[in-house]
Amino acid sequence: MQKIGVFVCWCGSNIAATVDVKAVVDAVSHEPGVVYATDYQYMCSEGGQSQIRQAIKDFGLTGIVVCSCSPRMHESTFRKTAISAGLNPYMVEIANIREQCSWIHKDREDATEKAIILARTAVAKLNLNRPLTPGESPVVKRALVIGGGIAGIQSALDIAEAGYEVDIVEKSPTIGGKMAQLDKTFPTLDCAACILTPKMVDAASNENINLYTYSEVEDVSGFVGNFTVKIRKKARSINADICSGCGVCTEKCPSRKAKDEFNMGLSNRGAIYIPFAQAIPNVPVIDREQCIKFKTGKCGLCEMNCPAGAIDFKQQDELVERQYGAIIVATGFKPISLENFDEFSYSQCPDVITSLELERIMNAAGPTKGKLLRPSDNTPPRTMVFVQCVGSRDTSGCGKTYCSKICCMYTAKHAMLIKEKYPDIDVHVFYIDVRTPGKNFDEFYRRAVEEYGVNYIKGMVGKVAERNGKLLVQGSDLLADDQIIIEADMVVLATAIEPDESARNLATMLTASIDTNDFFTEAHPKLRPVESPTAGVYLSGVCQGPKDIPETVAQASAAAAKVIGLLAKDKLRSNPCVASSNEMLCNGCSTCENVCPYGAISYVSKEIRSAGKMEVRRVAEVNEAICQGCGACTVVCPSGAMDLKGFTNKQIMAEVDAICR
Amino acid sequence: MQRIFGLIKDRVGALLADGTVDRVIGWEKGEFLYDHTPAIFNAEDDLVDLVYDGFCASNLSKYLIDESKKDGKILALLKPCDTYNFNQLIKEHRINRDNVYVLGIECRGMLDIDKIRALGIKGIEKVEEQGDELYIQTIYGDKTCKRNEVLLEKCINCKGKEHVAYDELVTSGEDIPQVESNRFEDVEKLEAMTSDERFAFWRGELSKCIRCNACRNVCPICSCVECVFDNKDSVVASKANTDEFEENLFHIIRAFHVAGRCTDCGECSRVCPQGIPLHLLNRKIIKDINEFYGEYQAGQDTNSLGPLTDFTKEDVEPSIITEKGGEK
Repeated sequence: MQKIGVFVCWCGSNIAATVDVKAVVDAVSHEPGVVYATDYQYMCSEGGQSQIRQAIKDFGLTGIVVCSCSPRMHESTFRKTAISAGLNPYMVEIANIREQCSWIHKDREDATEKAIILARTAVAKLNLNRPLTPGESPVVKRALVIGGGIAGIQSALDIAEAGYEVDIVEKSPTIGGKMAQLDKTFPTLDCAACILTPKMVDAASNENINLYTYSEVEDVSGFVGNFTVKIRKKARSINADICSGCGVCTEKCPSRKAKDEFNMGLSNRGAIYIPFAQAIPNVPVIDREQCIKFKTGKCGLCEMNCPAGAIDFKQQDELVERQYGAIIVATGFKPISLENFDEFSYSQCPDVITSLELERIMNAAGPTKGKLLRPSDNTPPRTMVFVQCVGSRDTSGCGKTYCSKICCMYTAKHAMLIKEKYPDIDVHVFYIDVRTPGKNFDEFYRRAVEEYGVNYIKGMVGKVAERNGKLLVQGSDLLADDQIIIEADMVVLATAIEPDESARNLATMLTASIDTNDFFTEAHPKLRPVESPTAGVYLSGVCQGPKDIPETVAQASAAAAKVIGLLAKDKLRSNPCVASSNEMLCNGCSTCENVCPYGAISYVSKEIRSAGKMEVRRVAEVNEAICQGCGACTVVCPSGAMDLKGFTNKQIMAEVDAICR
Repeated sequence: MQRIFGLIKDRVGALLADGTVDRVIGWEKGEFLYDHTPAIFNAEDDLVDLVYDGFCASNLSKYLIDESKKDGKILALLKPCDTYNFNQLIKEHRINRDNVYVLGIECRGMLDIDKIRALGIKGIEKVEEQGDELYIQTIYGDKTCKRNEVLLEKCINCKGKEHVAYDELVTSGEDIPQVESNRFEDVEKLEAMTSDERFAFWRGELSKCIRCNACRNVCPICSCVECVFDNKDSVVASKANTDEFEENLFHIIRAFHVAGRCTDCGECSRVCPQGIPLHLLNRKIIKDINEFYGEYQAGQDTNSLGPLTDFTKEDVEPSIITEKGGEK
């Protein structure tokens, strides 16, 4: 029989305001095995923890139940408390009476009843707990960064600087990501390329960094410290080892129909192309869907003109398998599709553009060589209207409910840059709110209004329509309580951003969780913001939520610091809650082996004595060093031979019984 | 039926005589004409007791778990639907394939004695099968009926006349008509009920259970070394034994244990002395699996991963339960 102590936390008023903690203490003290029960204002505080330690000593407790917040929050805290009092840490059970009880209930009586049930459930389980001892697993001293934008580059550089090998997998032909497409950056207005491309070069030249561009992660298996990742290196149709990057092929290519992705489709590119001048690696790629050679079998001009003989039409995708100790997700974002926003006439009027398209138009290396010209007729605009929150903070269901965070600042930047370069252009900005928290951000916005005379109008645009070569922008001015129509030459939509479409698939591969908007979720939104709930998987940049460049870089370095901390260890303490098979019950059916995501189960022939006679049977064996305790095997085992230490079938049934009592 | 039996008997005799196989598992006459029983035949001379007619519904594949462990090779007479279970057991490493010689035998569908009786044919002394007609001698004189009218439920919903596993086939070459049916018809009726109606239906049916365990014992999938319901440490055993409602859960737990593995052989319902339509539990799960993960027939092959033990990114999200479930 266990001697169990129950410790009910008030969590200040978080729990105590909704749950009668004294009633929980009273009720649970009559449960089997419970020899001591008490409550305290902050159980996680030093005072609370010392009470627990004292009670373990005074009452000779063999196990403790802490009724408090989620085990995600403080299970490890209380396990440490138990260790310091000489108790096995796996003799600690947490009853979550905060997130799953007090926070979600209003009625005190109901919440108290539920808290009592949760407490006695934990007691029922703890009665069947056994002390467990963790094993150790080795750490592969290499990290994988998925995504080669500024987030991925920064993370990789930091990890490489600490002396560890890093691979960057980038699906497009070059690293650089969205930042490479930007013209100037707020709030300092320095050019994006000037600050990004040196980092790109650093990444390429760092001997610890290995770039897999034009590559995608195809499969991830394993676990923290020991991931195995399959990377598909898509066929560039170029032998990168001998290509000098001279670019002759890209000039000779007769196909000019493909939209240039880097210029947001505002110009065309050849079928063989280098995305932009500072691309890394400076190696072209053949777009096989556009290439005349691939489509008709005739052409091959690039091959004839390549001085290095680097063109390889027969090149195949290559699969690489690599081991990693940690993985950073830095898959970034894309602007949302505007198909739900017909009122802005984006698809009909070429002069209605997105902000990212404007970045390209303003950029000296862009389609207009940096001249501000209307895409429809290449004439300079006289009046420009910016529309903010297109698809952001949208509760209509057409867009995203969240704030894309970067639009207020880049719109102020655009307005200011245009006024600086072309003071005669009238610039109007429709906004819902202007949000400028951040160092020097509000000052930046005020300069746009006060120094440059940008006309900020509080209100939304209802409709944009083309008439006689002009764009009629109909909107409301909420402060003047007026409906207004502005005759504009160009309209720029501050389009909401959303996670890159690869996020969903990747999250599945990594068993990392994503939210309803496909942003990766953090292990804890405040205290573990750069870790995913999956051990060994870290988050960097906009894949976790909208953020600007300084925040992205900060988070990228934070994720890198976490990875460095992990890779610095030679061994990881492994989770002792692993599966084990009762060979007397094992059918040998291999179902567990088939579902095990870690390859931890194998089958052996073994002599088994059953009902008095010896018999050779095929039975399952679990490699405890590989098992991650996911429990999939225990669920599929038809005979109940598989069980999970710490979460045995019996324990779970005891919990269910305690709930249903 | 007479002709195919002759062909089978000749072939079995020859395979025993030439030493290809050491033993045979088939059927022998039972106490009544309609309860032929699985039996092992060790020598050619014993084959006088071998029978094969419309009352050989028992699926012999389950017996091969133990029989294939023994020395020597055993010949198994498997009807087309039986071979699905044979494959499933091969997949689960339960049968030693090397020790089995599968003689795939032709089947015209097995007969349901209760359906014959329900036609008012009582006092049956002999049933003679000729093509699609049955000639029945009774103490009240001779009667006839159509074979298709008195097929077992599982044979109305026949999986087809093809064997999915065999070493050798014995067929008569005669044309065998297939009955048109929708095996999910009854499941759809249950789905159309409200959850209260459905609960009442199953409570009504399952409360008839006397826990004779016939369904489990006959089920070729329920073949665990030790069943959870016999294992006192498994926690479910004691519950099902002590609580009337939880005893109903026996069948539901069993349905979940065989989910994705059940070939829909229908033996559970056939042997139930209380006439509980247990196969409907399995069929509901099969129907859901087909709808969620694409058509799947357990036992079709010996190497594919079943849909419930395989994960693909195309799999339905768990939310399908709430989208589909609830009141209709």
